Amino acid sequence: MIHYPQLVALGYLVTAVLFVLGIRLLGSPATARRGNRLAAVGMLIALVVTFVGLGALPWVAVLPALAVGAVVGAVAARAVRMTAMPQMVALFNGMGGGAAALIGAAEFIRRTAHLAAGTSTISLNDSIPIMLGCLIGSISFSGSLIAFCKLQGIMRGSPITFAHQRIVNGLLLAVIVALGVVMIAVDASPWFFVLFEALALTFGVAFVLPIGGADMPVIISLLNSFTGLAAAVSGFVLDNEVLIVAGALVGASGTILTQLMSRAMNRSLANVLFSAFGSQVSGASATAPTSDQAIHSVTAEDVAILLGYARQVIFVPGYGMAVAKAQHDVRELATQLEKRGVQVKYAIHPVAGRMPGHMNVLLAEANVPYTQLYEMDDINPDFARTDVAVVIGANDVTNPAARNSPSSPIYGMPILNVDQAANVVVLKRSMNPGFAGIENDLYYNPKTLMLFGDARDSVIQLIAALKELVPAN
Amino acid sequence: MSVFGGTLLIGVFIFVLAIFIGFDLISKVPATLHTPLMSGTNAIHGIVLVGALTIAAGVHGTLGTVIAFLAVLLGTINVVGGFVVTDRMLQMFKRRPDPERPAPK
Repeated sequence: MIHYPQLVALGYLVTAVLFVLGIRLLGSPATARRGNRLAAVGMLIALVVTFVGLGALPWVAVLPALAVGAVVGAVAARAVRMTAMPQMVALFNGMGGGAAALIGAAEFIRRTAHLAAGTSTISLNDSIPIMLGCLIGSISFSGSLIAFCKLQGIMRGSPITFAHQRIVNGLLLAVIVALGVVMIAVDASPWFFVLFEALALTFGVAFVLPIGGADMPVIISLLNSFTGLAAAVSGFVLDNEVLIVAGALVGASGTILTQLMSRAMNRSLANVLFSAFGSQVSGASATAPTSDQAIHSVTAEDVAILLGYARQVIFVPGYGMAVAKAQHDVRELATQLEKRGVQVKYAIHPVAGRMPGHMNVLLAEANVPYTQLYEMDDINPDFARTDVAVVIGANDVTNPAARNSPSSPIYGMPILNVDQAANVVVLKRSMNPGFAGIENDLYYNPKTLMLFGDARDSVIQLIAALKELVPAN
Repeated sequence: MSVFGGTLLIGVFIFVLAIFIGFDLISKVPATLHTPLMSGTNAIHGIVLVGALTIAAGVHGTLGTVIAFLAVLLGTINVVGGFVVTDRMLQMFKRRPDPERPAPK
């Protein structure tokens, strides 16, 4: 029984419109923030009319859940560091998936309780969405938690593989589907349901385990779309149209976003999911760094001279800059260089950092003007005309092996053509390989200078050394 | 709860149309905004909170209440955390009026 059904229906319609407008506005930097707020208003309207429509609620259980959830969510979202944003999104996503799975569980219990009392039977229209909601929601829940653990460093970030993993996972999924069919068609026993849930959660874990840290953003995006679908399926279970609309919007958007992300790495989604990328550091990549290849390690003073007398410098930021929180100091260095008449640009690779747009967010935080940020295709022709390319904690996105070495695991991935600049300076903590676990030939290039140390310390030393220099004009 | 007199068919109808709108909206987004977009849509699927409240309204017994409590809790974390974290990301795209002012740490 719904109170004021027309009001609830109109409220849900407004919500659906605000969600669509919100997602559209999220597509442009100038309006993105308004878009997010519009979507939040839509959510608020949906919640208010839901309260009105439901009337009586078991407030003893609902109010504490709302209060604790709101506090936990707000505090976690405010406290998280910019570099930990991806795993925070994964965690929130897992919560949504868990909620969808619980909705399926609650409905299963309610319907089968009626069944036992002989008052009704579950129709296929209900049982199929219930089982699907439990399955997708559970996979999203446990998968997101594994993604969180991997990115947070609670678990090893590299792919975790074992023999016949794909076959085992495939069999697991087949068993889950078979069990689901048995429950829908033959016997909806509670013990079958518990087993079904346990297997679905296990599959979520097994699905994310073989995926390496570098691919995790793609997986989070995929799990995001899973949760959207789970929400839509919950809408079918509860005959709630706003759940169907919002879930479908997110399911579709997540799928497209996932494809865009894998395309930015020049790989298919299937390749991301099944290749255990980064686990096999063998073949050409392992043979590349041999002892006869020398690296040139330099001091901050050397680099300051190089930068101070350049005409154009391109900064190439990466995850290392994010970890060292060096973005403010990088902008300060850029300001110092501009005072000396040096033209400064930033080259942003689509998958630099751990999420697309990660670098843009960090540099915007440090007040770097938009006009100095260049996307890969716009900046690549510029490197050949550039005096110094400064790589700050970026690795795989600058690896020439992606262009030159067909046997490299990252062959074909579009990269920033850093090696075409007259000089290359690499700010790096050590010679450890990057996230993908692949050696970077760039460091052995004769025109590459290595400045070892924490990115932030190095940049601060560069600023100091630059101030010591005699003014250029 | 069905507000449009919902039969399964109407649900499927709405679902398919919404999928098409979702595809169309997303295909136009520049790479720069992929992170906030993922986070923003993540908050939107927090709409499962509406479903969690709906099951909470109809539960009986301890097990049902516990499940409803957990569902509302997780859904609320998804909604509130999702929107707040997205807003924090997007705050950083805002142009500040005085470019000389040092950014707050």
